[in-house]
Amino acid sequence: MIKDLVNPTNFNLLVGKLGDVLIRALDLPLGYAINWGRIWSLWPVHLETACCSVEFGAASGPRYDVERFGIIEAFGSLRQCDLIVVQGTVTRKMAPRLRMVYDQMPDPKYVIAMGACAITGGLYIDSYNVLPGVDGIIPVDVYVPGCPPRPETLIQGCMLLQEKIKRSKIR
Amino acid sequence: MEKEQKFDETIRMGLEIVKETEEDRLMTLSVGPQHPGSGHFRFTIKVDGDYIVYCDPDPGYVHRGEEKMCEYRNFIQNIPHLERPVIHDSTNITYSYSLAVEELANIKVPLRGQYIRALASELNRQVYTLYWLGIYGIFLGHSTMFMWPLGDRELFIDLLEALTGARVTHAFNIPGGVRNDMPEGFEERCLRQVAYFEKRLAEYEDIFYNNPLFRQRTEGVGILTKEDAIKLGVTGSVLRASGIPFDVRKAEPYDIYNEIDFKIQYMKSGDSYARSMVPFLDMKESCNIIRELLDKMPKSGEVRAKLQPNPKGPAGESYKRVESGRGALGYYIVSDGTPKPYRVKLSVGSFRNMLALPFLLIGSKLADMPSIYWSLNYWPVEADR
Amino acid sequence: MDSDQSKTQNNSEQKKSSSDSTQTSISKKTESVTPEFEGSLINQIVTRFSDKLVQVIYVRPGRTKILVPPNEIVQVASFIKDRLGFDHAESVSGTDYPNDNQIEVIYHLSSYSDDKLSSQILALTTRVDRNESRMPTLINIFKSAEYHERETFEMLGVYFEGHPRNERFLLPEDWADIPPLRKEFRIKGR
Repeated sequence: MIKDLVNPTNFNLLVGKLGDVLIRALDLPLGYAINWGRIWSLWPVHLETACCSVEFGAASGPRYDVERFGIIEAFGSLRQCDLIVVQGTVTRKMAPRLRMVYDQMPDPKYVIAMGACAITGGLYIDSYNVLPGVDGIIPVDVYVPGCPPRPETLIQGCMLLQEKIKRSKIR
Repeated sequence: MEKEQKFDETIRMGLEIVKETEEDRLMTLSVGPQHPGSGHFRFTIKVDGDYIVYCDPDPGYVHRGEEKMCEYRNFIQNIPHLERPVIHDSTNITYSYSLAVEELANIKVPLRGQYIRALASELNRQVYTLYWLGIYGIFLGHSTMFMWPLGDRELFIDLLEALTGARVTHAFNIPGGVRNDMPEGFEERCLRQVAYFEKRLAEYEDIFYNNPLFRQRTEGVGILTKEDAIKLGVTGSVLRASGIPFDVRKAEPYDIYNEIDFKIQYMKSGDSYARSMVPFLDMKESCNIIRELLDKMPKSGEVRAKLQPNPKGPAGESYKRVESGRGALGYYIVSDGTPKPYRVKLSVGSFRNMLALPFLLIGSKLADMPSIYWSLNYWPVEADR
Repeated sequence: MDSDQSKTQNNSEQKKSSSDSTQTSISKKTESVTPEFEGSLINQIVTRFSDKLVQVIYVRPGRTKILVPPNEIVQVASFIKDRLGFDHAESVSGTDYPNDNQIEVIYHLSSYSDDKLSSQILALTTRVDRNESRMPTLINIFKSAEYHERETFEMLGVYFEGHPRNERFLLPEDWADIPPLRKEFRIKGR
């Protein structure tokens, strides 16, 4: 019997089956743990696109403290960040820079489109220098409407993003 | 003799190997739109070791074509998009527009409307200056000075929200007055808030302006002399920090500012410390102006002139300016007799102060760059319009 | 203050007196009272340069406007700076008049050093041809006009001779269209 087990082909099969069982058992709790870590430390890139940046700054203030969600906007390097909040209008001059910044961020990365101008072009839809919405150049996860959205709306957008991350499979 | 010659040979060879040209010493940095210390603005600087030798600003990242869009909308339809360049100082940027349109279309504003306009303008000036001060704190690494102004600013935003209905973009000023009257009990709230804020300003002075690190980083840095300030045509707090007491509210009083008694705050040294102190003194003076306005306001009356749906006037042009948080904000409007303006030109304080940026940065050290750049009271979205 | 009330009075009088004139005609000061101080400023300019060169468009309380041909503008500007005391340009802009085939470039000048002039804005304007729009620069006289002139170049296409950088400033690097503030540039959908 034992000779049967230690047979190379059987041994490989046994290890393979054990591995499958282990992954299926640990996938769920490990996934929860990793996603929990990602949710409570979303670090946004310091890129301000237009006027909604004032409300984003106000959201970091003491009244609508967004730092208790782990969103701290104080990091110089964008290789450490995993969230990009497109704050407002994206002009044709800013668009290549936005794409470059998005490409340099490591996976997994999330995008929040904040403000009416980032969703569809908003008030400036007929201007000659404005992109009609930012989802033509980067994939957006959460749209936060408003002109400008109140800080509470932005926090609700972040919480929606957290729900989305919780439900996603880790890679 | 041979030994000496050999020694000289070695030295000469060594020097040839490490000889660096002028080009090698300069390094070009692009302080770009994605930068914790620049906002939505890019400027290219060349540094030689630690000293900046060349600076070239590159605005336009938020250029949305405001002036072109104005030609396709009515006088009143222009208000919402014209207040977006500075959304947290939106009353002042539409105040000047309303004054110019009132001159073109010959509209008279009732007295109570003028007082409420001036009151909203002063409250907005506090809101803008507190945000500017907060960002200045975080550029220099003083994060307490980011939190305190942003917290106190929320109390002023509450007042403005009670008055106009929105947090930042109010759309409150229209040609002909203001949209609605003050709610009940607004005056007591306002006076209470101003009294509390004056106590807080004394605390700001302690923790920020008397801080030895802040003083070391800003005193004697980026000195703009009086003659240079006039030659470069800067405006606002940058001008008053260089010793020229010029304020549009005193030089050319608009609305009811000729009946308000206040002093122009200015300092003579012209360095970054003065440029950061003058808005603070302006805020203190603004508290007195608010109290005086509430005192002298007529107790009842109309706040808005009755207008036709599409106000228009005869062909003409008008140039009006207003003192905003950044300086003199002027509008040059040309009308050709139709309800849509023919040409609208904004002359904003940020664009005029941008000329001082290469002038001051060249010759200063790289570490002084944030304290010079943000002290010029430059808001990139407004300069690009 | 008196000037505020007289300003509104003057304006209403001028609006009544001048007919539906377009920008090209000079508004006649028929019944309104010409303000004295502003009138004296304009008189100094008109007596120094002859009446043929300097056309007075309007004289209102606090705001005056004169029109000079493009090749004389440097002389007039240096006279205004040295003798009258205006020391900086508040704004420089251009307006496109396709009906006259001209572009009007307007310099709003004011003064910080002189107290009496600090509420005055003198509009020094010139008209250049739309197709051949070149004019000399004024940055050697008023340095504060440097970035404004560059912006006028990129928005309207007026070339300033002597300006070190007639380049694109606010528009994107790959802008390949006509200057946007010209009237034939229509924004999308309108």
